[in-house]
Amino acid sequence: MAHTEIQNILEIRDLKVIYKTDLEVVEAVNGLDLTIGKGKTLGLVGETGAGKTTTALSILKLLPSITGRILQGEIYFDGEDILKKSEHDMQSVRGNRISMVFQDPMTSLNPVLTVGDQIAEAVQLHNPDMSKEQINERVAATLNMVGIMPSRSGDYPHQFSGGMKQRVVIAMALSCEPELLIADEPTTALDVTIQAQVLTMIRELRDRLGTSMLMITHDLGIVAQTCDDVAVMYSGIIIEAGTAEDIFLGDKHHPYTVGLFNSIPNLDIKSDRLNPITGLMPDPTNLPKGCVFAPRCNHQMEICLEARPGVFEEGTHKIRCYLFSEAAGNSKAGVDLNAE
Amino acid sequence: MLNDNQTVPLLETVELRKLFKLKGGSNLHAVDGINMKIYAGKTLGVVGESGCGKSTLGRTILKLLEPTSGQILFEGNDITKYSVSKMRPVRKDMQIIFQDPYSCIDPRKSVIEIISEYMFIHKLYKSRVETFNKAAGLMDMVGLARRYANSYPHELDGGRRQRIGIARALSLNPKFIVCDEPVSALDVSVQAQNLNLLMDIQDELGLAYMFVTHDLSVVKHISDDIMVMYLGKCVERATSDELFANPQHPYTKALLAAIPKPDIRMRNKEFQLIKGEVSSPVNVKPGCRFASRCDYAVPECSQRDPDFVETSPEHFVACYIVNGR
Ligand SMILES: Nc1ncnc2c1ncn2[C@@H]1O[C@H](COP(=O)(O)OP(=O)(O)OP(=O)(O)O)[C@@H](O)[C@H]1O
Ligand SMILES: Nc1ncnc2c1ncn2[C@@H]1O[C@H](COP(=O)(O)OP(=O)(O)OP(=O)(O)O)[C@@H](O)[C@H]1O
Ligand code: SF4
Ligand SMILES: [Mg+2]
Ligand SMILES: [Mg+2]
Repeated sequence: MAHTEIQNILEIRDLKVIYKTDLEVVEAVNGLDLTIGKGKTLGLVGETGAGKTTTALSILKLLPSITGRILQGEIYFDGEDILKKSEHDMQSVRGNRISMVFQDPMTSLNPVLTVGDQIAEAVQLHNPDMSKEQINERVAATLNMVGIMPSRSGDYPHQFSGGMKQRVVIAMALSCEPELLIADEPTTALDVTIQAQVLTMIRELRDRLGTSMLMITHDLGIVAQTCDDVAVMYSGIIIEAGTAEDIFLGDKHHPYTVGLFNSIPNLDIKSDRLNPITGLMPDPTNLPKGCVFAPRCNHQMEICLEARPGVFEEGTHKIRCYLFSEAAGNSKAGVDLNAE
Repeated sequence: MLNDNQTVPLLETVELRKLFKLKGGSNLHAVDGINMKIYAGKTLGVVGESGCGKSTLGRTILKLLEPTSGQILFEGNDITKYSVSKMRPVRKDMQIIFQDPYSCIDPRKSVIEIISEYMFIHKLYKSRVETFNKAAGLMDMVGLARRYANSYPHELDGGRRQRIGIARALSLNPKFIVCDEPVSALDVSVQAQNLNLLMDIQDELGLAYMFVTHDLSVVKHISDDIMVMYLGKCVERATSDELFANPQHPYTKALLAAIPKPDIRMRNKEFQLIKGEVSSPVNVKPGCRFASRCDYAVPECSQRDPDFVETSPEHFVACYIVNGR
């Protein structure tokens, strides 16, 4: 090959992020590896507090400046290490080449500007030559696309429902036509019909511009329907990753992934109690020495408490668990996801 | 079936309306004539399109928003016109857990202070110590380790933060809680834990819930009855099992059809979309609010509001086609 094509839009290696407060140090991300191929959509799932948002904020270098700190690792965006970029350079990356839909829509909305003005601002930034009428048309079309009457463009954010604000933020992020879209729980505040509409819009953008995506969500249904690859995060590390097929159809899984799938309330079965994984995630200020999932795992072995398991690989499928590593000499073929 | 032996609902609304005045004087019909009943110990699930008025309904029932017209009955008493002072004791009985745990929690207060907040306001206990003890008990009840007592909410993950809200809502021993998307920000496992928690508390204390959520598998699981809203109106109501087994209203059908399944054979398949222009909640025209997007619509649909008819026992639908006009 004459020159090496960059195949991955994003490559994160051994990322470690902490939050340091007066009282304690929160180990939010603990040696995370993550890759997104160009034009691909990666679904990032995992327990609340696992460090998903922290990972996303690190990519944009938007961690809270006083407490948040990246201790080690590299984040390559389109071949360049983001962590080496100056704040000035980052400003031209954010909202331009990478745009983010935040979990809390008010992070990106200005409470004292009308919704229409805010969308207009985003449109204008990317289309400096547009006339005022053209921009107004674009604003109306954008609102329509997310199912909001254009006549409401003069309203302020507080006059919108939670889901309506979320839709405005998504529309603004999409109008930037980014190379990488990071969407942090973009549709949790939406009902399934509007959600379908929004996901269709996101797909159209991907098909039209080849946009790559990091889709942070806890809805495994959305992952199944939109993601090429999936990474499962727990306590700041990726404990399982692979193609969507590996995760949904593979026969080997990390016990946490199994628990995650078993927690989904089943629409077809009437049961009185849901089946959460028992216990809570370990305290991020005091992580266990061995496997981070060990305290809750019912396959726990002695070795699990001693040292971090390495990565077991089978093709594209990666699992961090002693059940599968050669060292443990255990070929139980893991746990059956579909077992009732 | 609703409880036969409880004739007086814990909470009832009659033609409840909440309009918002917009600039230029037009009215936005956020809640447009809702009749509902919730019985002690039961859960009414409320689902519907984003922006259809679910949160407004919850807040109006609790009189956090002033109703425009209609009635709210709590334990048979019409509280619609209650003054602030007369509302005070009733307030204790009705609580809300919000959609967004960030917005309703003062970030400068520690966990134990947040949980104690309402108990102080209502002067429930004589001393600070007693109040804090009670708060610590609530932390145990909702499964928050006591060592978080002096943490600040932003230092906690979403699941634990949500439990602060649950503990605070329980602190006044309410009879009724509006749960406005209490678990939507949580991953499925923590969500399941918090749902189990809410149901255990209900069994233990006989609470009634109005449970708003977009997650239909959650609403099916937790609700006795489900009400489907569309642009300020209730379009269908039935028991949870009946609604899922036998949805009638075209909007309900579209909603149930759009649930994403964790099945990758669906990948990149086109989503089922509801086509057509959304009707406006501003200066509403008569007729079914869903007519402009409905595949089955006939001219009558846009002429007069469809009646809310009991099509089978305890199953109500507002649709011309379903009700045979
Ligand atoms: N500003 C902060 N100061 C201190 N700790 C923080 C801060 N922000 C996050 N944390 C902690 O870092 C850990 C990771 O949080 P993060 O928000 O990245 O998780 P998440 O996976 O996005 O969770 P969720 O699904 O709830 O959004 C959590 O333990 C959280 O409490
Ligand atoms: N303070 C307000 N002023 C004007 N309009 C408002 C106000 N609050 C809500 N609305 C409007 O009332 C309607 C219903 O809003 P509400 O928040 O009740 O919807 P919702 O069903 O809870 O939606 P979501 O599922 O997105 O949370 C929306 O059109 C919203 O824009
Ligand atoms: S009343 Fe008419 S428009 Fe409304 S849902 Fe029924 S068929 Fe559709
Ligand atoms: Mg997050
Ligand atoms: Mg709402």
